[in-house]
Amino acid sequence: MRNRLSLGVGLLTLLLSLLPFYGIEAQEPTPSDDEVNTIAKQLYCPVCENIPLDVCPTQACEQWRGTIREKLALGWNEDQIKQYFVAQYGDRVLATPTAKGFNWLVYVLPPAAFIFGAVILFSVFRSWRGLSEQEEMLLEVPDEMINDPYVARLEEELRRREHSEGG
Amino acid sequence: MIEELSNKERQTEHPQRWGAILVWIGVLGILLVLGLGLTRSKQGPVGVGEKIPDFILTTFDGDQIDIEDLRGRVVVINFWASWCKPCEQEAAELEQASQSFKDQDVIFLGVDYVDTETEALTYLSKFNITYPNGPDLRTQISQAFRIRGVPETYIVGREGVLVDVRIGPYLSLAEIENAVLGALEQ
Repeated sequence: MRNRLSLGVGLLTLLLSLLPFYGIEAQEPTPSDDEVNTIAKQLYCPVCENIPLDVCPTQACEQWRGTIREKLALGWNEDQIKQYFVAQYGDRVLATPTAKGFNWLVYVLPPAAFIFGAVILFSVFRSWRGLSEQEEMLLEVPDEMINDPYVARLEEELRRREHSEGG
Repeated sequence: MIEELSNKERQTEHPQRWGAILVWIGVLGILLVLGLGLTRSKQGPVGVGEKIPDFILTTFDGDQIDIEDLRGRVVVINFWASWCKPCEQEAAELEQASQSFKDQDVIFLGVDYVDTETEALTYLSKFNITYPNGPDLRTQISQAFRIRGVPETYIVGREGVLVDVRIGPYLSLAEIENAVLGALEQ
């Protein structure tokens, strides 16, 4: 009886000692990695060209991600943080360049080239169609030529010649 | 009818000719831009005997140093970064050299390339660096000098002309001192 009681007390103590840990999970750092990487993937470190900041493994990039985290913790928004990086390291850190100065070319050239290509294609197709129409026109004998006495006389002469040669 | 046809041909040829001219202008323009970019990238850093580009360094303390104002002195410009391990090899020696040439019209400047301020200040304090240092804002100074990496050190003579360039770290204090003495003698 005493053994059962002590076992019960022991189990109860064990259960109670575990109670405060229920519901405790690993804390996400504040701000979270996802929040940092949302901004980091829009930036490129000039030291490691062509590698977005969110996946860049160098120490410099790690420091930059730390700076993003610091700024987020201070309550800065995405635009403010990007602006800070541009002020510190120049426009080339941005994955999408701002539409000013020569950067306009990045936005203007591709659609302009597409439209220009479409115009070229259109004019080429039209010239092909024009050529086939011209060929058809050449094959067709206009009505005025059929009723032309000169043409009628020429045909008559040709028929006579064929007849005399055949005879 | 033949005239009509040739007129039609001329009408279709005219815009095509202009189109071709525009295409060639576009292609030549793109090639020109690419060529200029390539030439610039192949140009390498500012060379010995060349006049150095003008710049203003805003130090971590907020002071502004205009390189123009330093004319008449020998200036040692060191590009570094806190994440750069080879920079650490020469950091203490550069500070020592700056102390030994303090009274000889020689000024040392540190340009912190693509770095974060917290780590940069930790680095400066770790190596007890006292000469003026500041961030390379918008990487304008490093672009003007066309540096390839860090560390790089440029020694400018009294006339504002480059006297010596060191790509990579100095290996000893003597190396720095010899380079500076060479600039002072010119």
